Amino acid sequence: MLAIYKKEVKGLLNSMVGFVFMALFLLVTGIYFAAYNLQSAYPKFAYTLSAVLIVLLVAVPILTMRVLAEEQKQKTDQLLLTAPVTVTEIVVGKFLALMTIFLIPMLILVFYPLILSQFGTIYFAETYTAMFGFFLMGCSFLAIGLFISSVTESQIIAAVLTFLVLFVFYLMDGIAGFFPETASGSFYVLLVIVLIAALVIYSIIKNALIAAICGIVGEAALIIAYVTNASVYEGLIQDILSVFSISDHFSEFYSGIFDITGLVYYVSVIVIALFLTVETIQKRRWG
Amino acid sequence: MIEVTHLTKRYGSNAAVDDLSFTVEKGQIYGFLGPNGAGKSTTMNILTGYIAPTSGEVVIDGHNILEEPEEARKCIGYLPEIPPVYPDMTVLEYLQFAAELKKIPKNEREQMILEVMQTTGLMEMQGRLIRNLSKGYRQRTGLAQAVLGYPDIIILDEPMVGLDPKQIIEIRELIKSLGQKHTVILSSHILSEISAICDHIMIIAHGKLVASDTPDNLMKLMKGSGSLELTIRGREADTRKMLSSLPGVDSLDVKASAEAGACDVVIKTEADNDLREMIFYMCAQEKKAILRMQHTHVSLEDIFLELTEDHPAEQKPKKKRRFGFGGKTAKQDAEDGEFSADSNENMDAIAGTGYGDAEGGADMEDAAVTDRSGNTAGSGYGTAGTPGLKNHSGAANPQEGEE
Repeated sequence: MLAIYKKEVKGLLNSMVGFVFMALFLLVTGIYFAAYNLQSAYPKFAYTLSAVLIVLLVAVPILTMRVLAEEQKQKTDQLLLTAPVTVTEIVVGKFLALMTIFLIPMLILVFYPLILSQFGTIYFAETYTAMFGFFLMGCSFLAIGLFISSVTESQIIAAVLTFLVLFVFYLMDGIAGFFPETASGSFYVLLVIVLIAALVIYSIIKNALIAAICGIVGEAALIIAYVTNASVYEGLIQDILSVFSISDHFSEFYSGIFDITGLVYYVSVIVIALFLTVETIQKRRWG
Repeated sequence: MIEVTHLTKRYGSNAAVDDLSFTVEKGQIYGFLGPNGAGKSTTMNILTGYIAPTSGEVVIDGHNILEEPEEARKCIGYLPEIPPVYPDMTVLEYLQFAAELKKIPKNEREQMILEVMQTTGLMEMQGRLIRNLSKGYRQRTGLAQAVLGYPDIIILDEPMVGLDPKQIIEIRELIKSLGQKHTVILSSHILSEISAICDHIMIIAHGKLVASDTPDNLMKLMKGSGSLELTIRGREADTRKMLSSLPGVDSLDVKASAEAGACDVVIKTEADNDLREMIFYMCAQEKKAILRMQHTHVSLEDIFLELTEDHPAEQKPKKKRRFGFGGKTAKQDAEDGEFSADSNENMDAIAGTGYGDAEGGADMEDAAVTDRSGNTAGSGYGTAGTPGLKNHSGAANPQEGEE
């Protein structure tokens, strides 16, 4: 694992990619910092961070696009996968390397509140909590990017897909607003979703019976729940979609609250993304 | 030691590797031989655990590749078809990474990397970016990586591709020296390479093992057919009539030569049946001038062509030949034909093969062998027997009937 970690960090720092990521991130942060905090003399650094979030949506795909896609393309994955290391070690090693590259500009950001403290009172605990939350969120972005990079051989596709996924997650709050909040509305939407899920199951396993059973059981459960207690459905779609609202969980950190829910959420996203990455690589070997 | 049992890998309905079983013993050099797409690379990828088989088992030094992958992979050094090198690393960096990846103890690493670079001739290149290396040096870098850590088993997929003749000789020597301490498995579709290095050859076609033996034994097995090419002055019919009285002839083909007033003859016999003198005296007696006489032996090439040049759809299970190594069966359709001659001779040839089949009887196996290799060896001639030719398979002693 250490070998892969070291190689990956070196690789990212030897190529343009790592520096482009860091430069882009620091440049935009610097501009916002100068505008919001220095020029307007606003003491909350978290405000800058929340504005910089959009840059992460662009910068993260740049960093993660090649990390696994290129190994496949160059067939160097043959070296890694035939070496006495597990796939998990490979994936975790790569993720830690990405985290390290993200950590470098974050460590530079640590000094920004210190600069501000020259001009007035800064609540360091709050500010650094926000920074920690921001770092966690960035890591969850990186994990998602890593996963998408494992799906395809093409760096471009990996980058575009990662951006799209992160962008949709970013907008998830707004998207959730499109759906009806009433019980009946949620109910019908869920009926359709279960139907689609059954069709997807059918297309994967090619077994009409099992797909039909899954579909019917799902629909029946929905109907029973609706008949017995319709109020369960109120705002249900919004609740479900909020699971994907990755930037929403930053809001507590933003206000300087060390949010355990947010921590658990981001760590879960990272673990699930890494798990899916491992499974994708394993699955390809069985294909 | 590697034990492979009933290995199958399917891609959809297409079997890249089909029920492959073999055992690889310690301290020998094994050669996987087969045409493109025969399943060599797939087999190697499964052996090294890069891809998983659809069914079957691979056990390496007692470790199942699926159940204890790390333990099993520790025993293997692998050079895939495309060397797995990182273009933006230098040779030295790459080997250091590979050494660390292979968990070679820190204190041995530097020494071992130096040794390996020396044996693969990479010393002057160690500071260069792999991106800037030629194909040959990339290949060597990949080879150095495979050798690193001196694993018990070294698997090389087409190690000679892209090397110049001098490098080929060097790498060949390297592999030979590796073969003294390690088990080496290498694949190739180039025969001279394999026959020059390997102690044991496994021929694979359509994902199946068709033969597994030492090069000498394979040659011996196929020695069943020697072939004699002649150009004799005279008319076709007369010549055929004269030669048809020769003993121990498996097949006889006579046709008009490019030279006016002469005909070309191809005679197939048992290898130890030398008819040259007999033919000389016979022609002398009949006052027919021999313009050319050439004796050809079956080469490894012919064996390879014969064993691999089959079409799975036409395979008939009744034709099985055994290659006597470790009781492994080599299935081979010895019958189907691919002829490069013109349509007329094609007809003859097909008729001839069919004839050989029907008549072969007890000598079926031998007849099949000789007929088949005849087809490949002398394809320029259209080959095989014309209708009406006697099949003398396995008859008589060459000395008899000498006039």
